[in-house]
Amino acid sequence: MVLLMQYTLIFASVLVLVALGGCFSEHSGVINIGLEGIMVMGALGGALMMKYATGAPAIVMFLLVVLASVLVGMLFSLLLGVAAIRFNADQTLVGTALNLLGPAAAVVLVRAINMAESADNVSSTVAYGQAKKAFLMNIGRFEFNWFMLVALLVLIASYVVLYKTRFGLRLMACGEHPQAADSVGINVYKMRYAGVLISGALGGLGGLVYITAGVSEWKFENGVAGFGFLALAVMIFGQWKPVNIGLAALLFGLFRALSNVYTGFPALRDLNLPSTVYNMLPYIISLVVLVFVSKTSKAPKAEGIPYDKGQR
Amino acid sequence: MSQDLRKKESILRNAGFQTILASLLCIVLGLLIGFIVLLCINPGGAAKAITAILKNFLYYPSAAAATKYFGTTLVNASALLMCSLSVLFAYKVGLFNIGAAGQYVVGAGACLYFGLALKMPWIVCLIAAMAFAALVGGVSGALKAYFNVNEVISCIMLNWISLYCVNMLLTGVKEQSTPYTIPLSTGNKSALLPNLGLDKLFSNNEFVTIGLPLAVLMAILVWVVLEKTKFGYELKATGLNKNAAKYCGMKEQRNIILTMMIAGGLAGFAAGIYYLTGIEQWMVQQTSVPAMGFNGIAAAFLGGLNPIGTIFSSYFIQHITSGGTYVDKSMYCAQISDLISAFIIYLCGFVLFFRLWLNRWLDKRDEKAKKGGKA
Repeated sequence: MVLLMQYTLIFASVLVLVALGGCFSEHSGVINIGLEGIMVMGALGGALMMKYATGAPAIVMFLLVVLASVLVGMLFSLLLGVAAIRFNADQTLVGTALNLLGPAAAVVLVRAINMAESADNVSSTVAYGQAKKAFLMNIGRFEFNWFMLVALLVLIASYVVLYKTRFGLRLMACGEHPQAADSVGINVYKMRYAGVLISGALGGLGGLVYITAGVSEWKFENGVAGFGFLALAVMIFGQWKPVNIGLAALLFGLFRALSNVYTGFPALRDLNLPSTVYNMLPYIISLVVLVFVSKTSKAPKAEGIPYDKGQR
Repeated sequence: MSQDLRKKESILRNAGFQTILASLLCIVLGLLIGFIVLLCINPGGAAKAITAILKNFLYYPSAAAATKYFGTTLVNASALLMCSLSVLFAYKVGLFNIGAAGQYVVGAGACLYFGLALKMPWIVCLIAAMAFAALVGGVSGALKAYFNVNEVISCIMLNWISLYCVNMLLTGVKEQSTPYTIPLSTGNKSALLPNLGLDKLFSNNEFVTIGLPLAVLMAILVWVVLEKTKFGYELKATGLNKNAAKYCGMKEQRNIILTMMIAGGLAGFAAGIYYLTGIEQWMVQQTSVPAMGFNGIAAAFLGGLNPIGTIFSSYFIQHITSGGTYVDKSMYCAQISDLISAFIIYLCGFVLFFRLWLNRWLDKRDEKAKKGGKA
């Protein structure tokens, strides 16, 4: 039971971080399908930092790793930003390109680094067992990961920023009716860049949390196993509102965690379902949930449409 | 006014030519970036590696071996062509069929199951692959048409669900000691696609089958449907302006579902003409969806979203993907060609901007010429 709670919270944290990133981007008007690629690159940045910064005190390690994954995520998301905002590219296409680019680039980089260290090492794995201890703190039998707190803080911060600050309200205006926002003097381009960069930062951080959830090394050939898209489903289920996203993330996190820990529950074990059913469960649940939610979906009205100053 | 009439239409203004030019530019830039990445990793072997990727099967000194591997590349390219047609067809209606990969998986599962477990001949397996993949595509289409579920998300979810389901299904027909399915040559010879003498053309490469000409025929068929039939016209109209099409009386819900079913069927056909050649067996413990479906997106956009163009672009993408396996493994890894393909798709997003910029440059040039002439 404790393990289930632990896994649920950690997967929910990942989903919250990435979904909030997608939320900021879409609120500013840019559809960010490339969250999967951003997660992988952010995870790569963080993993490499963990590999090279071993020996530093825990708090320094934590800050460095967060900084690394956030920066790499932001840089990578700039690819989407420049293409979509400056060059009016099709945002879904560029997002898909990022999803393909991220894992490929990560594998090429990790393999190059591994091969440079020792000619026989052709794996795409990065190990960081020692460094990971900086994130954990044991409360009784519950292994508390500091990132769960970070995710909660980001959730609260997002709510405050989006609904209570000038910046957030202006950001949302750019996604609903950019021409109207422009008419009162808001620089739509800058706002959209801000949205994309925030999504890059949060996505990168989410990627890092994902690869450190429960394991001490990560094989980058796996990418992030579709988690970026699950986060998008969470965002749509949460109707682009931070609080709802948090609740949705808990639900999806629970189902994802079940596939890891169902052997610990006699009731589930007796059902004798093959393990692949549990792997499929988060995706099936997302589909079912989306069916009920999408009809009355209140997506930001101008998302996906490149901003044209000349239009009304 | 008379000057405009006399002005010869520069070939550079032709939309088709501009798209071809843009695609070629994407390819050159993508390869250049790949070369730079190779240089960063290991400056010494970079030139050799990029030529290895470009040469692909020409790497082999003997003509017989080169033709044999040319045949293998063509088999892969024909499957990629079908996947890219799947993406292209859906895009014409305004839908992004990122689920081509999952539909491909379902097609593979269906044809292999029908072949190995039900011992059916190849024609039944092929039709089964198309039918089941069309069903999966139709699910995405129905979810979009009736419930407004974003097709990208529903397709991705279905990709993963299909992968796990097919893995579970094919575990029943796999070999004893390995996680691979029984090869068709031992399990059910009648399920293998007939060669019809094509294998002789490629140094007795038994994997070259009628799948190749069938794929090209399908590309032409897709072009005919899109350009010359009423149905294709309705689909394109729905894609350009859903509400205007609805106003004209076109049934947009039926069109969306039908389009996704056809797109699914095309992807299933891809799996059929790939796995029924016996070139590869399915690994029942796969953790990720095969890349063929995603490379199809690259090939579709690189081909300028034109069925005939995709024949060439899918060959090119497959050429460099297969070429990636010939790089010096001690210095680089095969994923470098995935990197190049991904960059090419990224650059394809700029094609519209490139055409806009080119038109503007041509306008400026013509204006200058006109001013010069007036003096």
